[in-house]
Amino acid sequence: MTTKNTRPLENILSTAQSLRWEIGVDFHEKVTESIYTDAAKIADRATTRPEEKPRFDFDKKLDQILTSRIWGFPLMLALLMIVFWLTISGANVPSSMLATLLLDNIHPLLKGFAANIGMPWWLDGFLFDGVYMATAWVISVMLPPMAIFFPLFTLLEDFGYLPRVAFNLDNMFRKSGAHGKQALSMTMGFGCNAAGVVATRIIDSPRERLIAIITNNFALCNGRWPTQILIASLFIGALVPAQLAGLVSSMAVVGIALLGVFLTFVSSKFLSKTWLKGEVSTFSLELPPYRPPRIWQTIYTSLIDRTFIILWRAIIFAIPAGAVLWLSANITIAGTSLAGYLINFLNPFGLLLGLNGVILVAFIVAIPANEIVVPTIMMLTVLVTGAGGGEGAGVMFELESGMETMALFQAGGWTLLTAVNLMLFSLIHNPCSTTIYTIYKETGSKKWTWVASLAPVLMGFAVTFVVAQFWRLVTSVF
Amino acid sequence: MTTNTKDACETCPIHDAAALKKLGVDMSDFDYVVALAGNPNTGKSTVFNALTGLRQHTGNWPGKTVSRAEGGFEYGDHKYKMVDLPGTYSLLATSLDEEVARDFILFGQPDVTIVVVDATRLERNLNLVLQVLEITNRVVVALNLMDEAKRHGIQVDERRLARDLGVHVVPMVARQGEGVPELLQAVGEVANRKTVGKPYRVKYDSPELKKAVTQVTKQIEDAYPELPNAQWVALRLLDGDERIAEALRKGELGDLTHGDIEQRSAQLQVIGNQ
Repeated sequence: MTTKNTRPLENILSTAQSLRWEIGVDFHEKVTESIYTDAAKIADRATTRPEEKPRFDFDKKLDQILTSRIWGFPLMLALLMIVFWLTISGANVPSSMLATLLLDNIHPLLKGFAANIGMPWWLDGFLFDGVYMATAWVISVMLPPMAIFFPLFTLLEDFGYLPRVAFNLDNMFRKSGAHGKQALSMTMGFGCNAAGVVATRIIDSPRERLIAIITNNFALCNGRWPTQILIASLFIGALVPAQLAGLVSSMAVVGIALLGVFLTFVSSKFLSKTWLKGEVSTFSLELPPYRPPRIWQTIYTSLIDRTFIILWRAIIFAIPAGAVLWLSANITIAGTSLAGYLINFLNPFGLLLGLNGVILVAFIVAIPANEIVVPTIMMLTVLVTGAGGGEGAGVMFELESGMETMALFQAGGWTLLTAVNLMLFSLIHNPCSTTIYTIYKETGSKKWTWVASLAPVLMGFAVTFVVAQFWRLVTSVF
Repeated sequence: MTTNTKDACETCPIHDAAALKKLGVDMSDFDYVVALAGNPNTGKSTVFNALTGLRQHTGNWPGKTVSRAEGGFEYGDHKYKMVDLPGTYSLLATSLDEEVARDFILFGQPDVTIVVVDATRLERNLNLVLQVLEITNRVVVALNLMDEAKRHGIQVDERRLARDLGVHVVPMVARQGEGVPELLQAVGEVANRKTVGKPYRVKYDSPELKKAVTQVTKQIEDAYPELPNAQWVALRLLDGDERIAEALRKGELGDLTHGDIEQRSAQLQVIGNQ
């Protein structure tokens, strides 16, 4: 069939080729114009519009406020603040209830059961102090904030607010030499960086798409929100009177998120001035109508789609992490456990950055899932300091109240600097392995995957180092 | 023509809709492929969810679906595989998501292409519909967001629209599930070849364009009489689209009507991996 048709085909192609020159350069415009004319004609015949304009256009009024030069940004910040404040203040009670149930009630039951059937100590420790505690910890810390944060965020999304955020940010992206649509992929990255990287497909120009992919990591993702929220409410909230704690800690979290946005601009600008030079392309962004959110459906789908999927992912990674951590804490060589060696090895470098060896090890353990950074830090701190519930090495301890957690952190030599730098480093470090894999799939380039993975870690080292030195300088003066 | 007498209930499309079985991600042994196209933010994913029972995350913003999502449903003794394409304003393939959508409609050769249309922005949405109609005549237009149109005082005459476009037009409020039975009915008819669309073809009025298009279309029709979209192919060739020339050379565009299901699903895989 192919050979039979070769002659006529080549004829057709050459006719087309020669006719192209006759049509001229505005071929695309002519085609598009014909389609538009016909579409307009058909639409006009089928549609009857109201005689007079409605007196009050709600959408238009709302857009004038939400995307205004003066009110756009303050309102955006205010909305974010409200979301975090609700999350932080709402999550406390259910979090401690879950902790009481899973850690104080069920864990002793399991231990008792193990003792009754005469389980060997290593199996009992491995299963209930390692695997079970890791899982229980992830659930009690992560479930409540996620169950509040995601539905709220999804409600905003359903209402149609996200494109307005993109609209507000568009100008700044263009000034950074990036594509305005990067605002959308960044917003998506606030949910999940891997999803954000895939979302850059809406950007036509390869140059701008690459910028959007590399900088997406600075959008604080699901896995990192809980870390920020927890550390902020423990350390930053504690600096002020109790009635202000919720407000101040939400401000700290919003501050970190904004720093991420700022870093997105800075690194986009840097890339577009150096390796990825080029013109900024224009695009049109459609502001969809505001739609009344379907409350129950939103809550249901965001629980299923986001909360449980992410929780499940965290558990999947927490189980082996808990097992490995317990083992490395209990296998000793010359009196020191394996984990101890690694922590001691990394400690000097960590202290230089205002962090410590435990935190660095936790970030290595958490490469597959950022969600387990804090649980790992807890477990390792117990191991190093011997603090905690006296359950022995490698037991993820009970989080009965913020006070106990604080006591533990203090036993680990934590200061306010450690907390601040942990929040900073959690924002500025390598993407999780899923995101790295996604970047590789989307760019098809090993080189850019390396850049996107390593550049943020180096930046994180630099930022925390500078903050630590400056902090120590200032505190030594006063 | 013989007609079996049916009782009143059986003639109602709702009767069949009761037979909708949402299969979720189970897409085994499908009989037909349904593509879902449309402008960004018209409710494609909502329609997708309504038919497959999947809960793909829907969001009120353009560009949410960038890759393809797939799901299955069973209706009237047939199994359908449904593919949710990225939302695009046109199929001129200037960006990756437009290319994904166009390639699927062209090379994936779906049995039915549902184009979801925003009733409040009919004119702009019809641009895409007309471009899809240039490629395939197996189209059902889902006229979505009828409630919003009503709220803005816009009335859309779906019968008139159907007559002008030459394909099924189903008014819907997908968020509330209104119009789903009618949509299924229309999809079923097109898939089973009970109705054959006679799609509207764009009139290229500019004299040079008209002459060129007519001439090349004629040649293509002579060489490939079975090709359903000669005018569109002519336009692509006039635009110097190498991909289409290549496809014509390989015979990939050859017989859109007779492709056997195994071969086509292999082709779907190839496109998916690109």
